[in-house]
Amino acid sequence: MRKFLITRILYMILTLFIFVTLCFFLFRMLPGDPTALVISPILMPEAQAALKAQFGLDKPLHIQYYLYFKNLLKGDLGISFIYRTPVINIIKGKILNTLILMGLGMLLCLIIGILGGTVMAWLRGSKLDTGAIIFSLAFRSTPEFWSGMLILLVFGYKLEWFPVGRMHTPGFEAFGFWDQYFNVDFLKHLILPLTTLTLYYLASPLLVMRNSMLEVLHTDFVELAIAKGLHPLRVMYQHAARNALLPVVTLISLMVGYAVGGQVLLETIFSWPGMGKEMVDAVNSNDYPMAQGAFLFLGATVISMNLLADVLYCYLDPRIQYGEE
Amino acid sequence: MGRNESKMVSLNKNYGTKDSLRQPQLDRIAHIQPYLKTVWENIRIVWEDTLGRIGMIILIFFILLAIFGPLIAPYGAYEKCRAPDGTLKRMQPPSWRHPLGTTYYGRDVLSQVILGTRQVVLVGFISALMVVVVGTNIGLITGYYKGNIDNFLMRLTDIVYGIPFLPFSMVLISIIGKGVSSIIIAIVVILWRSTARVIRSQVLSLRERPFVLALKVAGASDFRVIYKHIAPNILPMVFLYASFAIAWAVAAEASICFLGLGDPNTISWGQILFYAFLTKGVNSPYWWIIPPGICIMLLVMSAFFIGRAYEKVVNPQLRER
Repeated sequence: MRKFLITRILYMILTLFIFVTLCFFLFRMLPGDPTALVISPILMPEAQAALKAQFGLDKPLHIQYYLYFKNLLKGDLGISFIYRTPVINIIKGKILNTLILMGLGMLLCLIIGILGGTVMAWLRGSKLDTGAIIFSLAFRSTPEFWSGMLILLVFGYKLEWFPVGRMHTPGFEAFGFWDQYFNVDFLKHLILPLTTLTLYYLASPLLVMRNSMLEVLHTDFVELAIAKGLHPLRVMYQHAARNALLPVVTLISLMVGYAVGGQVLLETIFSWPGMGKEMVDAVNSNDYPMAQGAFLFLGATVISMNLLADVLYCYLDPRIQYGEE
Repeated sequence: MGRNESKMVSLNKNYGTKDSLRQPQLDRIAHIQPYLKTVWENIRIVWEDTLGRIGMIILIFFILLAIFGPLIAPYGAYEKCRAPDGTLKRMQPPSWRHPLGTTYYGRDVLSQVILGTRQVVLVGFISALMVVVVGTNIGLITGYYKGNIDNFLMRLTDIVYGIPFLPFSMVLISIIGKGVSSIIIAIVVILWRSTARVIRSQVLSLRERPFVLALKVAGASDFRVIYKHIAPNILPMVFLYASFAIAWAVAAEASICFLGLGDPNTISWGQILFYAFLTKGVNSPYWWIIPPGICIMLLVMSAFFIGRAYEKVVNPQLRER
């Protein structure tokens, strides 16, 4: 197990390294003067030349690549054109907002998916089962930006139950971390985007859990548990569901991969001050350093979440021999 | 898994035994025939399932709309509709002249939805085809040749799994410019990964089968073994992933266009929603945002339904449930 973990972490570092390299080349292929990447075009020519030297943009590509890495390791991602502050500071303020929204959404999906999928398999063929399949597939087919728009339109504008977008009421001042995320105002703003996110991603864990449970329900130990006269809930959750969990765990890394990308849409719709919205704004206003920083962090999130899912899988299923392929 | 595969192989049981007896000149046709036969067989299987049939009807409806759309649409996509006195018909609710109302710019929503179908269907099908072709080939090669090629391509798949789709396509489209082909490229570059991974795992077990070993002993080339003997056996899986790929591609196209990265000279459902969100935010009139959204939902759903109906071929155990 330790060997597996070390191999996985090494692979993650390799993947991350290649991803960062890809990022370097991608952002240098953007149209226009490559120096536009770190230098705002509205600066004076002398100032531009000075900045060029500072970022090493007058040097050949391989040295630029070296400098890029060096700066990255120091946490220096350049200066945003729009905010006029270091990109890393903006990311620091926003990454948590994205992770909280996405993490809670994924957690809710998994919990509802696992609990619901178990019941659906138990009552297979019933109206509840068919209804839940169609309901979840319908939301899976609806683009999340559109369902988000409708949810916001109905519950925000028409019924006025919830605030329309943003993370806090304008004028809200947070005093420290706890104050920012643990209050009623935040919760009110969280509910609509969280609902949209959960409804969109619910279908995969729900249907995978249902299929996996159907397989487990055919086994002898479940028959035995039923024959012993145990309460159905106990058979479902204490005996069967635990053995049907693995396929859902493999799904986590996939879901997170899609969800990180999906944050771009969700945060745009709900004006959520996170990395996804930052990415859209940066690309739209040609703020290349900001876009690059946001892209790097979103990718790093996916890659590290994939590792986490692998480790979880390894922990839950020690039967599997890792290390050798 | 073992049980499913034996069923899959038996779908093509007439295959791989007789071809040594055929005349060489017939070989070319014989190559294609089993593939075509499987396609028809598969369509029949999907049609027999209720949800699958619904999905197929919706899909055919949108394909027809994509082909004949310009003949049906009452107005042009970007045509400004004016009242008799010359004023622009802004945000008019549904009426006889404009069954789905007009937009803020005085454009007819129904015409935009009808004309937008073409790009969506085109992007959906072309990118699904390319995703499946790329993914299947990579899956076949990595599964068949173990060792370095496999390791390299699987690491590549891992890296692609680490790239978030929408942020990547935003950057990519900024580089290569807006347009339908850019959207297709962005979709294909990322989405081949899941097909490749699934096909690889299928091939990994197929390559250990006696028939493959027998072919190798008989001296068949790798190319022949892969494309004439292994490939037909994974076709059901390929069709399944093709239907999912259509669903993903349509949703991806809508998302990219919604972010304003579509070609401004063409129209698609995502773009209608982009304009609505741009001008009115979430508080747009219902006739402007509901129809394109429903179209996206129906098209994606039809592909999912077809996939679900078809999954019973790949996984026959599902049939008993």
